[in-house]
Amino acid sequence: MSGQLSIEALTAGYHDAPVIKALSLPALSPGEVISLVGPNAAGKSTLMRALAGLLPATGRLHLGGQDVLAMGIAQRASLVTYMPQALPQGVGLSVLETLLSALEVAELDLSEQARIARAVSVLERLGVAKLAMRRLDELSGGQRQLAALAQALVRTPRVLLLDEPTSALDLHYQLRVLDLARETAREQGMIVMIVLHDLQAAARVSDRVAVLSQGAIDAFGAPEDAITPEVLARVYHVSARVERCARGRLQVIVDDVLR
Amino acid sequence: MEQAEVNAPAAAADIGAQYRAVVARRAAIVAGLALVSVVALLFDVITGPSSLSAVTVLQGLFQPDALSPSQSAIVWQVRLPYALMAVLVGAALSLAGAEMQTILNNALASPFTLGVSSAASFGASLAIVLGVGIPFLGGDWLVPVNAFVFAFGSVLLLQAMARLRGAGVETIVLFGIALVFAFNALIALVQFVSSQEALQQLVFWTMGSLSRATWSSVGVLAVVLALCAPFSMRAASAMTALRLGEDRAQSFGVDVRRLRFFSMLRVSLLAGASVAFVGAIGFIGLVGPHIARLLLGEDHRFLLPASLLSGAALMSLASVASKLLVPGVLMPVGIVTAMIGVPVFLLLIFRGSRA
Repeated sequence: MSGQLSIEALTAGYHDAPVIKALSLPALSPGEVISLVGPNAAGKSTLMRALAGLLPATGRLHLGGQDVLAMGIAQRASLVTYMPQALPQGVGLSVLETLLSALEVAELDLSEQARIARAVSVLERLGVAKLAMRRLDELSGGQRQLAALAQALVRTPRVLLLDEPTSALDLHYQLRVLDLARETAREQGMIVMIVLHDLQAAARVSDRVAVLSQGAIDAFGAPEDAITPEVLARVYHVSARVERCARGRLQVIVDDVLR
Repeated sequence: MEQAEVNAPAAAADIGAQYRAVVARRAAIVAGLALVSVVALLFDVITGPSSLSAVTVLQGLFQPDALSPSQSAIVWQVRLPYALMAVLVGAALSLAGAEMQTILNNALASPFTLGVSSAASFGASLAIVLGVGIPFLGGDWLVPVNAFVFAFGSVLLLQAMARLRGAGVETIVLFGIALVFAFNALIALVQFVSSQEALQQLVFWTMGSLSRATWSSVGVLAVVLALCAPFSMRAASAMTALRLGEDRAQSFGVDVRRLRFFSMLRVSLLAGASVAFVGAIGFIGLVGPHIARLLLGEDHRFLLPASLLSGAALMSLASVASKLLVPGVLMPVGIVTAMIGVPVFLLLIFRGSRA
């Protein structure tokens, strides 16, 4: 189908030591939010970076029938944008400048005025337009994360890869960012893949969840199918219950650590 | 939500106006630096040990016939090439430093701190002491060409490190520091075996002096700078994006490896040509970009020209100081760059941190 992302037998890693081994996923559709969960060192970031072209990968990666692995950096970046976990420290740029620079290197045919308008509208959606002229260095951890998210969103890619976008955010902003990711996916027909540690948040935001363990997919499907006591025991080595609350939301209750 | 949408164009216009004001201020700062550079250049030309008045020199610049032959020789063969060389070397080293600092993501990166100057000095020492150099190139060009080849080669070595799989920018910086020590040891070795006369010549060379400037060397460096600077400016947006980290820049569509390769190529040309003609000049490549950064941030469309200009101004001022510090004596400018650079640098840091 048009616009679908298909990942087949993808292998990627560092220095000839593959972290991701022949990984395949059912086709992902535009407008869909997929959470990537799994223990530390399961290969979540490696998979994200391989999808974005930051690590060499072999296998088959197609977006809307186009071979993504064969694309040049600029073309690939126009379709797939990756948001790393952290912004570097000591950067003498304002929030707005970082967004404008993301648009400038894209060499889109936009006037400066149009670029500013687009940047400001993204900042407004995230509720941080008032930070536009502030330097990145003056921001709190949470504000920095929102600025980083804005840099990724302003490019309106077809596939958005968010690596732990809520790790420095308070509860309010965590939910807000995740809801916004979902809204953006729906409105703009974007495929949004999010690395998350919080399983409850993953269940809340995603259409489908991929549980990654040791570089391979352990479970994939709707949240209630992928996040099960069996999967949690196998992947995280915990004994847990997965229940629905009175409002029907999935809740993960961890009882014990399995040794 | 509706309210927000109604306000959206107003907010965009407001932020747009603020941004344009910032851009206008930066353009004004760059223009100001250009003015300072020109004034410093003129000041440099009118300063000197010979008893020529400022008016005579300035008049001589515009009406060469008004000068006596000896005055003409002083103004046109000494003062002007020296002063122009100061501007060009300052501009080239500072631009090279600015690019290095961004490309290697290290505020302490500069041609001097990462071994380029040491490599040039070693190349020069081979030529001065042992007469070793490029075949068929003798006379006045032996030392500068040798210095250039080694400076260029040292950046290519850094480059090769960057191309090695898995070598991060930290590794490149450490490698550059290792190069400094390695070349300094080699220079010491050459000094150890050199004659008294050659040793004196070598020590003087390593101090860095504008007195080696000739119209042909000024011309060569001007061409190198004129060739490199437009390409630096073309890469400005990509460099700004690179400040947000390699992964993010590449995710924005910047070919980081290509950017780094061509940037290092420019650095090797700029720094190599500079040190080849005037010897090792420390500090300018480090301080020029920092002054620019403190003045107007890291939007490279402004940072790069501002670095170039502040380097030029700083070097001109250092040249003026080198003539005035000890009356009647022309001190090697390499000594003065640090003496004038450090206080300016500290002042800016303190002012910056207060703000």
